[in-house]
Amino acid sequence: MAREGNVVNLVENFKTSIVMPTAQSFPAKTVPVMESDAVATSKRPIIRIDGVTKTYRNGTNALEKIDLDINAGEFVSLVGPSGCGKSTLLRLIAGLGTASAGEIDWPTSTYDAKGHPMPDLGFVFQEPTLMPWRTVFDNVYLPLKLGGVKRKDAHDRVTEALEMTGLARFAAAYPRQLSGGMKMRVSIARALVKRPKILLMDEPFAALDEITRTKLNNDLLHLWEQQGWTVVFVTHSIYESVYLSSRIVVMTGRPGRLSDDIEIDAAYPRNEAFRTSSDYGEYCTRVSAALHSASAAGDGEH
Amino acid sequence: MSVIATEPRRLRLLPLHFMRSETAGRWLHAVVPITFVLFLVVVWEIAVRELGVSKVILPAPSVIGEALAQNWPVLLRSLAITFSVMIEAFLLAVLSGIGMSVIFARFRILEMAVFPLAVILQVTPMIAIAPLLLIWVGLDHVDRALLILATVVAFFPILSNTTLGLRSVDHNLRDLFLLNRATSWQRLVELELPSSLPYILGGMKISGGLALIGSVVAEFVAGSGSATGLAWRIVEAANDLDTPRMFAALFLLSGLGVFNFAALTALQHLLLRTWHESAIRTER
Repeated sequence: MAREGNVVNLVENFKTSIVMPTAQSFPAKTVPVMESDAVATSKRPIIRIDGVTKTYRNGTNALEKIDLDINAGEFVSLVGPSGCGKSTLLRLIAGLGTASAGEIDWPTSTYDAKGHPMPDLGFVFQEPTLMPWRTVFDNVYLPLKLGGVKRKDAHDRVTEALEMTGLARFAAAYPRQLSGGMKMRVSIARALVKRPKILLMDEPFAALDEITRTKLNNDLLHLWEQQGWTVVFVTHSIYESVYLSSRIVVMTGRPGRLSDDIEIDAAYPRNEAFRTSSDYGEYCTRVSAALHSASAAGDGEH
Repeated sequence: MSVIATEPRRLRLLPLHFMRSETAGRWLHAVVPITFVLFLVVVWEIAVRELGVSKVILPAPSVIGEALAQNWPVLLRSLAITFSVMIEAFLLAVLSGIGMSVIFARFRILEMAVFPLAVILQVTPMIAIAPLLLIWVGLDHVDRALLILATVVAFFPILSNTTLGLRSVDHNLRDLFLLNRATSWQRLVELELPSSLPYILGGMKISGGLALIGSVVAEFVAGSGSATGLAWRIVEAANDLDTPRMFAALFLLSGLGVFNFAALTALQHLLLRTWHESAIRTER
């Protein structure tokens, strides 16, 4: 009973201490990149989402005034009630679609001739999204092939990506010969083959069974620590988000707004011991409560 | 090769382990229909002889065989003509059908403008257009009229199936290509065409049969002149009341159709066997 009381207190305390990212809390957009690089070494924004709103042509408000900085090296999970626009936000970050208002800045990215940012990113879809007529090797090779890299020059990098995801033995297999979890690994390997610095993942493990999911979570975390990526991870699982993330961003129901920004201050590497710790339980309760009020907020206002 | 002990004892033509093996499966697929056809031919032969049916009404298989042998040089030449019309019409239909679908997929406005016309051409009975076409190309060029008619008949299944295939490309895969900044050409060659392949092959199977029908019907309508394909041989034989020769020509036409179907099935198997659901055999 005492424990429950503590949790409630924690949640209450937390509610007052939530840092709401607002437009004012960010430096003006005109701040030169050099300066922001110099300001912080630990918190260097790599993606700056500034007042992003998305309204579809049919009038649906998917996102409203999203302000969010994602810092280099973070593992950020976006959680929220279904239909809150987390996937939409992720797609906008990836450049799949345009924001109705606001913009997404890439302080550290290079730009192409037309002035479009060319961030180093890999995208993992909710489904494996593989080409069934290509082998595992060729599926993973695709991003390099589209970039004009010859097959024999790509061999080492494809093999590296396959090894990272535990697929080395399956290079010659066709997607249909693989289980759901293995297909997802191929999809991740394909996202990694260009050695991106940023990984965007849209509920990648949602369709997998619990055991496979846990295994892939651990493998992903391991790679993240090893490679120093920045990950933006959309999920509807509170447990998954707490286990993986260094930071959880909670969004309200439609139209999607930011409601909470929770830092998960638990040391990496995380393992099964973390899953059974009281910290983990408390974070889960906290995120759950935040999600609950976020859902209510969305419903109440529209 | 394990033998299951609990299998109930029944009289079998072949040993159980053979019946269950994969080679047996393929072997049976060939042997069963051939045996059945041979059986029917024998029944036909005996029935015609025993009942004393006139060879004008229904000639016995042996009489048809004789007619085939006697008229072989003429029939072979006609077979070659019909075959070449069919193949040319089919290839033209495939190339133009796929080409037009690809253009439609890139320029929707063109699809809106042209697709209804293609439908009108498809739903108008070809046999009704044939006389008009003959006037246009001139009676000296009946072969051209045959080719055009057969192509038009064979064209539509390719167009509609390829269009459907190009539209059915996985949206996430499209996004993936977009994310990787694929060029329009890369998108076509690496994604859209392979993804549409099962649809295109389905269209080709229908279209192959239609190319043969088209070339035969066109020849019937064209009548005499320079038309000397198998269809015309049938008309000639009918005029002579030479039913055995008619059957001989008919037999060759069926042969063409079967060849067509078998070749396209083989092509389909070759192209899809590694990845497409339709070609995958699951064990139960």
